[in-house]
Amino acid sequence: MSVATSEMLKQHLIDPEVCIRCNTCEETCPVGAITHDSNNYVVDASKCNFCMDCISPCPTGSIDNWRVVKSAWGVDEQFGWSELPAQQDITPSATGGQAEAIDYEVQALIAEAHSGVGGKTIAPLSAAKPSVNLFNRDKPAVAIVTGNFRLTDEGVDNDVRHIILDFGDTRFPVLEGQSVGVVPPGLDDHGAPHRIRLYSIASPRHGERPNTNNIALTVKRDGAGLCSNYLCDLQKGDKVSVTGPFGATFLMPNDSSANIIMICTGTGSAPFRGFTEWRRRMMPDAPGRMLLFFGARRPEELPYFGPLQRVPETLLSKYFAYSRISGERKVYVQDRMREQSALLAGLLRKGATHIYVCGLKGMEQGVDVALDDICRGDGMTWRELREVMRTEGRYHVETY
Amino acid sequence: MLDLINVDYSTQIPNNVDLASDRQLLRALEKWHPGYIDWWKSMGPEGFQEKLVYLRTAVSVDPKGWAKFDYVRMPEYRWGILLAPQEEGRKVSFGEHIGEPAWQEVPGEHRAMLRRLIVIQGDTEPASVEQQRHLGKTAPSLYDLRNLFQVNVEEGRHLWAMVYLLHKYFGRDGREEADELLVRRSGDADKPRMLGAFNEETPDWLSFFMFTFFTDRDGKMQLESLAQSGFDPLSRTARFMLTEEAHHMFVGETGIGRIIQRTCEAMKQAGIHDACEVAKVRALGVIDLPTMQKKLNLHYSLTLDLFGSEISTNAANFYNAGLKGRFRENTINDDHRLTSSTYPVLKFIDGRIQNVDEPALTALNMRLRDDYSEDCAKGVERWNKIIEKEGFTFRLALPHVAFNRKIGEFRNMEATPSGIVIPASDWLGTKDEYLPSASDGEFVASLMKPVTEAGKYAPWIAPPRLGIDNKPGEFEYVKFAA
Ligand SMILES: Cc1cc2nc3c(=O)[nH]c(=O)nc-3n(C[C@H](O)[C@H](O)[C@H](O)COP(=O)(O)OP(=O)(O)OC[C@H]3O[C@@H](n4cnc5c(N)ncnc54)[C@H](O)[C@@H]3O)c2cc1C
Ligand code: SF4
Ligand code: SF4
Ligand SMILES: [Fe+2]
Ligand SMILES: [Fe+2]
Repeated sequence: MSVATSEMLKQHLIDPEVCIRCNTCEETCPVGAITHDSNNYVVDASKCNFCMDCISPCPTGSIDNWRVVKSAWGVDEQFGWSELPAQQDITPSATGGQAEAIDYEVQALIAEAHSGVGGKTIAPLSAAKPSVNLFNRDKPAVAIVTGNFRLTDEGVDNDVRHIILDFGDTRFPVLEGQSVGVVPPGLDDHGAPHRIRLYSIASPRHGERPNTNNIALTVKRDGAGLCSNYLCDLQKGDKVSVTGPFGATFLMPNDSSANIIMICTGTGSAPFRGFTEWRRRMMPDAPGRMLLFFGARRPEELPYFGPLQRVPETLLSKYFAYSRISGERKVYVQDRMREQSALLAGLLRKGATHIYVCGLKGMEQGVDVALDDICRGDGMTWRELREVMRTEGRYHVETY
Repeated sequence: MLDLINVDYSTQIPNNVDLASDRQLLRALEKWHPGYIDWWKSMGPEGFQEKLVYLRTAVSVDPKGWAKFDYVRMPEYRWGILLAPQEEGRKVSFGEHIGEPAWQEVPGEHRAMLRRLIVIQGDTEPASVEQQRHLGKTAPSLYDLRNLFQVNVEEGRHLWAMVYLLHKYFGRDGREEADELLVRRSGDADKPRMLGAFNEETPDWLSFFMFTFFTDRDGKMQLESLAQSGFDPLSRTARFMLTEEAHHMFVGETGIGRIIQRTCEAMKQAGIHDACEVAKVRALGVIDLPTMQKKLNLHYSLTLDLFGSEISTNAANFYNAGLKGRFRENTINDDHRLTSSTYPVLKFIDGRIQNVDEPALTALNMRLRDDYSEDCAKGVERWNKIIEKEGFTFRLALPHVAFNRKIGEFRNMEATPSGIVIPASDWLGTKDEYLPSASDGEFVASLMKPVTEAGKYAPWIAPPRLGIDNKPGEFEYVKFAA
């Protein structure tokens, strides 16, 4: 078997022998990635963002084909096909590069989580090359729980935990901003295995402490939720099956002059803990700025409240927003952002500025409107700027 | 907030048109509903009403939600009223109203025309269910049986879609028309369905696959042109129906493809090189390619009649009024008025078949039929690829448009499949060379033995390359025990 390189990518293809040229996919694709000539229907690899919208409407299943390739086949090449090329002998389990994941169950989750970006997601140019999908359902990595701490006050219902998973001798290379998958043990009501749940990695790439082979997760106990309860109840010494790592675009720039604006609520802080820690360890004197807008109901419910207080403002400018302090006005992240309009507008004008939004789906809109207002107030158009930032790998959204 | 994407199951009739807030309409539809269920039980699939069938049901009209698969009993299928999401600021894109905002209500001056369009479309939907009702007994596999039923329930849903438009926008006469849709019967001497091909029999599975390939494709072409309609509710209805129609095309194309595949494999195994050695091939228990060609000739020519007269002022009026566009009107680059352009129309003049330029507006049926033929020809070419790949030189082909026609320019003459005009007196003598004869029909019928074991297929058809919903080969698509 040949050796995998980080330049490989996963390409979405249509099987011309099965496809009946019904046009359903072309009609469905929200980004116009599907096109046809008189011979074939094909997917344009430069446009497809793996949103999976076309998969279930296709009557034949011909659209559900994927090849790991070194360079993508062009549209014209595909027009000439009368059958699909075979998968070349590339280790599909060890690819980095463009695809967020190889499992399309995970790919769909990530596409949904990134949909707020408003187009194809692109990693920062300077970002390190991630490894993706080294472990999957059939071949998970087994980690041992070496810590499980409550991050929120004992007095509040909101139970968010910091869970440390050690991989022992198994190599599990990660980058800040990537996620891992967890399949809850057992079977569902139909006797099928459970869906995969994703959790952001909250630690930097070389571990909770430098050169430890572990990762940290920030997990909120989600009501009666299956996987979050499973994780939150883990005891030290328990074994957990982990898949991944996943994600190839929500990554931090590897550039000390990059400004990083991080906007989050709740467990959305997980990747930003990784970002902050990595920069603190590797480039403490970086000229680029880091800003954190962080919302929670009250300080007692804000994960990492204590540790964050100890991060110096010179490394990280912190803006906390609380929406449920009794007797006080409700403040959301977008309100804090508006207060910093001048600062943010100044940063937005710079080509070195990157924005990351992470947390619950519901936060997206408020943040988007705030950025729109901030831009307008400074003679810029957020829609246009956002498109530029996205295509340059400087605008990222991961919400769930 | 009103949710027009996800399907509302709180009313008896699942819908994404906020039926719950239109009590009067809801009541009218609920009154129509029992008659529909009666019709389904008496005229729908015979003998399988209580079986659990692995069907897809739409739970929303966005791509993620419209194909939820599960076992259901057909009478409990959630026939819903589903329209593609409304497009903000949509405009009439052709005809004399071009550029005006698309109509959300029926434009008064075009009311009768629009109702007629909807009734004709609506009439074809239950008709095909009636035509196919006996096929369950002889299905070549559980996979095929399930596909048949999926097509059937979706045709049922298409009827619902048209009935919704009639009830919602056409008041009392709309309701009367909706009732009539449940009264007419395919092939009935007194109350036949409105269009010829929908009164023909579908005696065997070869006919069924040909029907879904050719006749459902007429449905697709009609829906494509209604999807362009300036009457927005019709356009949105047609757009969602098209996604379902694609499955019907799939059943037809792959059904025939699998029969061809099996025949070629059997011929190869038996060392037969000439696909025209009919008797030898039939002795193998598979359907010979010349018989397939005859069935193709029949279904294609019957379906061409559905496009109506080549020259039609009705078609011109529909277009002018902005009610029915051309196939993929939105991708055509012209003035979308057609007041001064022409279109070549094949006619029978002075004993010869010849092209005559006609005003494009009145030639719209012809144009749609040409688009249809082109679409068919591509599918036939894919069948030929299978034959070629198996190493045979035989080729299937569409017959000439003048062959075996009952409507339009060629109705009063006879031509061979290659388009050679022959005297009417010769027709009876040669017809059996081109169209399935009684003995061809008997042969095909003799093969129609049901296969009900999961994962097994009748010997005259190859298994599909992929399962439905990615299911493995031995999946039980219809539960016989239940
Ligand atoms: C890219 C990505 C990154 C993510 N990162 C993180 C992260 O860092 N941290 C994190 O905590 N989460 C993260 N998530 C979310 C996480 O993947 C799970 O979705 C979340 O933990 C809930 O999963 P669950 O199995 O606990 O809940 P599920 O069992 O899937 O249930 C979902 C919801 O339904 C409710 N529910 C379930 N059963 C019932 C019932 N019978 N009655 C009523 N309600 C019910 C649950 O209470 C829960 O609110 C991420 C998601 C994505 C896509
Ligand atoms: S996965 Fe999404 S983007 Fe890619 S072709 Fe399908 S619909 Fe288009
Ligand atoms: S939806 Fe499927 S069958 Fe139809 S054109 Fe697209 S890939 Fe082909
Ligand atoms: Fe239909
Ligand atoms: Fe159909």
